[in-house]
Amino acid sequence: MGNAAENLTHTPDDSAGPILEARGISKSFGHVEALRGADFSARAGEVTALIGDNGAGKSTLVKILSGVYKANAGEIFIRGRKVSFDSPAAAHAAGIETVYQDLSVAQDLSPAANMFMGREKLLPGLLGRLGFLDNAAMRRESLLAFQRLKVSLKDMDTPVASLSGGQRQSVAICRSIMWARSVVFMDEPTAALGVVQTGRTLDLIRRIRDTGIAVVLISHNMRDVIQVADVIEVLRLGRRIARMPNKGVTVQDLVGAMTGALDAETEEGATP
Amino acid sequence: MTGTTTVPPAELATLAPPSLGRRLRGALTSSPAYMSGILLLLVLFFTFMRPDTFASAFNLRNIFLDASVLLVIAIGMTYVMIAGGFDLSVGSVLVFSGVAAAKAMEAVGRDGIGTVAIGTGVALVTGLAWGLFNGFCVARLRVSALITTLGSMGAALGMAYLVTDGNDIRTVPNTLIAIGTGNIGGIPSLVLISALFTVIGMIILHLTRYGRHTFLIGSNPEASRRAGINTAGHLMSLYALSGLLAGAAAMLSLGRFSTTTLEGHGTDPLEAVTAVVLGGTSLYGGRGTVIGTVIGVFIPAVLANGFIIMGVQPFWQMVVIGFVVIGAVYADQIKRQTQDR
Repeated sequence: MGNAAENLTHTPDDSAGPILEARGISKSFGHVEALRGADFSARAGEVTALIGDNGAGKSTLVKILSGVYKANAGEIFIRGRKVSFDSPAAAHAAGIETVYQDLSVAQDLSPAANMFMGREKLLPGLLGRLGFLDNAAMRRESLLAFQRLKVSLKDMDTPVASLSGGQRQSVAICRSIMWARSVVFMDEPTAALGVVQTGRTLDLIRRIRDTGIAVVLISHNMRDVIQVADVIEVLRLGRRIARMPNKGVTVQDLVGAMTGALDAETEEGATP
Repeated sequence: MTGTTTVPPAELATLAPPSLGRRLRGALTSSPAYMSGILLLLVLFFTFMRPDTFASAFNLRNIFLDASVLLVIAIGMTYVMIAGGFDLSVGSVLVFSGVAAAKAMEAVGRDGIGTVAIGTGVALVTGLAWGLFNGFCVARLRVSALITTLGSMGAALGMAYLVTDGNDIRTVPNTLIAIGTGNIGGIPSLVLISALFTVIGMIILHLTRYGRHTFLIGSNPEASRRAGINTAGHLMSLYALSGLLAGAAAMLSLGRFSTTTLEGHGTDPLEAVTAVVLGGTSLYGGRGTVIGTVIGVFIPAVLANGFIIMGVQPFWQMVVIGFVVIGAVYADQIKRQTQDR
């Protein structure tokens, strides 16, 4: 955590160590082996795309790296220091945030209440010690976070349910950015969006990368990946099978890597 | 409409908090506002029809007294339902705690404030214990709230019958009866106690982190868990709170009726749910207010009282409230559908 400031000015170059690295991650659900020694790494100031076919283990890997699941085997390093997460809160404490595909927002509450979900700001003094919320400060800080990422919400004082889909997603993304100090995972951020909103979200992802955070993009949409990623990691059958810089890569290359030119008929969850 | 960057500046949210006018508009379009309108119309109607009887101090006092015990239970129900839960056991827990308290006070024997304090302690502890049991089953064992509290509704009442052989205990200390039927500054002490619970309930629900987590868990339990909120622990504490308040209501009931009223609380949980729903708390969790529940308690109370005074069969109240509840839930669903585009 001590070198967070250093990372803000970090420019991507190959000699810098990864901010997040995972080695040999394995995870089984009963008889289903979702991950079989998967590796992963992400660097600050880069967008790392994590791609793979259905059942390749993408979401399992992300859930392990964000503290939702515990791995059966493997090691996770943040800035070279070994860590272990037994809860999402532990991952949060290490500066890792996730934008979930379902957005993980409470529709009935205001944008500010969502931004500070589980990390509510309390009033100073005795009232704060009694658990009283500082709603004004949370609203102010939320709005500043939106403005920093050039996200304009039409209404700060309405339930998130009454915002548009794109704006709801902006709330979820800005929340992660406000708290992330190391890595932001984005699980299919454009899956539910139209063309215009997708463009805006990709812009937002670039702006986040430029703040010096490592962005990990999980996507099925190869065009999005090629547009925004700096590095692409490919998962297949629970293992990383490729890590390539996004230079002259085509959709065909990625699809070929994902499906596996050699053993194309292997199924989800098959044991070796 | 959907723009994140193309909204004209005039429409943008600003650093300034929402204006008073905006807040007022927000408050006036909420369910509690509609329902307090209905309550006001009811009160005006009955006052107009029977000015001498309905609006008399004696009658208003009765309405408030009738509402006060139910209100305490309904506050706990509000918390549980905002978190997406349900508590059918409150009426039986009230009876159980009342019996336990009455037995304890009987055992102490002497009359006096100390005896009442011991009884209150027993009522609160037994109510809390039932609440913790419910909470443990729902939050830790993941038995559905409906089944858990249906089960403890039967079990608590059965135990109360076992302890009393089915006969009400009528040896309530005079001190407690004096409190239950007494006044402070002209206002019945039961009403004051119940009002105190209401105000504390409002403050905790709407101004503190505990209340905020209650809303978050009801609105999106998975997101709350991911955000690091101890959802199981919080849910358990909410059922415990509901049980605790049922224990408190038991003492109010003992003080008012001087008996354990074994048969008197079978419909309490349903009346509490009715009040909570009438007050605009969503059945799906995530939305609700304590003030709404207060209004939701008073609408049936006023209706029943008004009908009696006007010579209409009071059973009509049950009919009317039944349909009004269905209407209220329908309105909530419509509201959600138009919002969740």
